[in-house]
Amino acid sequence: MQVPATFEYERADSVPHAIALLERYGPEARIVAGGHSLIPMMKLRLAQPEALIDINGLAGELGRIAVEGGELAVGALVRHAELLESETATDLFPIFRDAERVIADPIVRNRGTVGGSLCQGDPSEDLPAVFAALRATAVIQGPGGLRAVPVREFHRGPYETAVEPNELLVQLRVPVTPGTGSAYEKVERRAGDWPVAAAGAVLTVADGVITQAGIGLTAVGAENFCAPEAERHLIGRPPAAEAFAEAGRIAAGHCEPHADQRGPADYKRHLAAELTRRALTRAAGRI
Amino acid sequence: MRITVTVNGQPHTRDVEPRLLLVHFLRDELDLTGTHWGCDTSNCGVCTVRLDGVPVKSCTVLAVMADGHEVTTVEGLERDGELDAVQKGFVECHGLQCGFCTPGMLLTARWLLDRDPDPDEGRIREAISGQLCRCTGYENIVRSIRWAAEQEARS
Repeated sequence: MQVPATFEYERADSVPHAIALLERYGPEARIVAGGHSLIPMMKLRLAQPEALIDINGLAGELGRIAVEGGELAVGALVRHAELLESETATDLFPIFRDAERVIADPIVRNRGTVGGSLCQGDPSEDLPAVFAALRATAVIQGPGGLRAVPVREFHRGPYETAVEPNELLVQLRVPVTPGTGSAYEKVERRAGDWPVAAAGAVLTVADGVITQAGIGLTAVGAENFCAPEAERHLIGRPPAAEAFAEAGRIAAGHCEPHADQRGPADYKRHLAAELTRRALTRAAGRI
Repeated sequence: MRITVTVNGQPHTRDVEPRLLLVHFLRDELDLTGTHWGCDTSNCGVCTVRLDGVPVKSCTVLAVMADGHEVTTVEGLERDGELDAVQKGFVECHGLQCGFCTPGMLLTARWLLDRDPDPDEGRIREAISGQLCRCTGYENIVRSIRWAAEQEARS
């Protein structure tokens, strides 16, 4: 039987209350929402927080999906299942539908949250690659108010993010640009598993050429979950097979995958190239 | 910490440690052993219960998180001594085999049919993809759920 070590448990009744609790308990406190990454780690004693601050009661403040000011706003407490079922989100950005359908399984998706995925910062997490491809902004709240951090600067290393111990991720904001298509491609060993490798692509085309490109990669050791050199290669070119294949090769060249039980490094690098190519092709078809 | 959880319509108040998992609360505190406990890693899905109507894996939910909320376990599926259509389907189509994954399968199947009364095989397989059957008896489980859907469509 796996049982977490002892901890204090507090329930937050507002975002400022959650922040006050974080300040009271200090850096060894953790926010718990879905808990589907944190609680298994606590059971294995890989994480031993001294206090858990439960924000599940804050759905009114943190559980919304809406388009506002030319951006899609996704609250940190939005569950995976809610993002998958949100036509507002998935019609604008089909990459969410592609990715969410292959994140864990339907029961886990009922509980796990978007913000939790970002904050866990697992190097194989799907949503950091998705939001990196989308060039989203993370909105973080602390005692001094709100601050915005690009998702591409949000992850500082494995399990390490820009969120300070007395802060809370409250929202992700995705710019809505006309003429944009998006897609996500993942290879996993079995239903619900972590990716062997996965790639997300977001393309904006105007007057027959690519004006903006976003490529997100996960589980392959890509810095900040993205591939800026490959993105640059695409700008100004027509959306065509040759350019997508070359972007895939460039992206794979800048990955640092590790061999593990999911496969050898060269296989993962091959997947990075191929999945990038496929995601770009599918994204272009959706513009 | 003192919590009150409504399980299958009955409120239960207990003093529990925050680290107690919902699955153990149900099994050890309330003696509701229909909720099984398997892999301990949110993978196998045998511990699935409904929390405020939504299926969750109770090995990854703290009992304190269910305080003030409603839980339905497999014991809560029957109504007035009558088995739920999904329970009947598992009997009719031999969806049971060893029975270990059955409680979670039943609750997930009920949830699926509540949302989609006429799911095709693909939809059923997707819905139960978070539940592992160690007998690999998926064919009959899928048939059982289809049977329940057809039975409910007729009545």
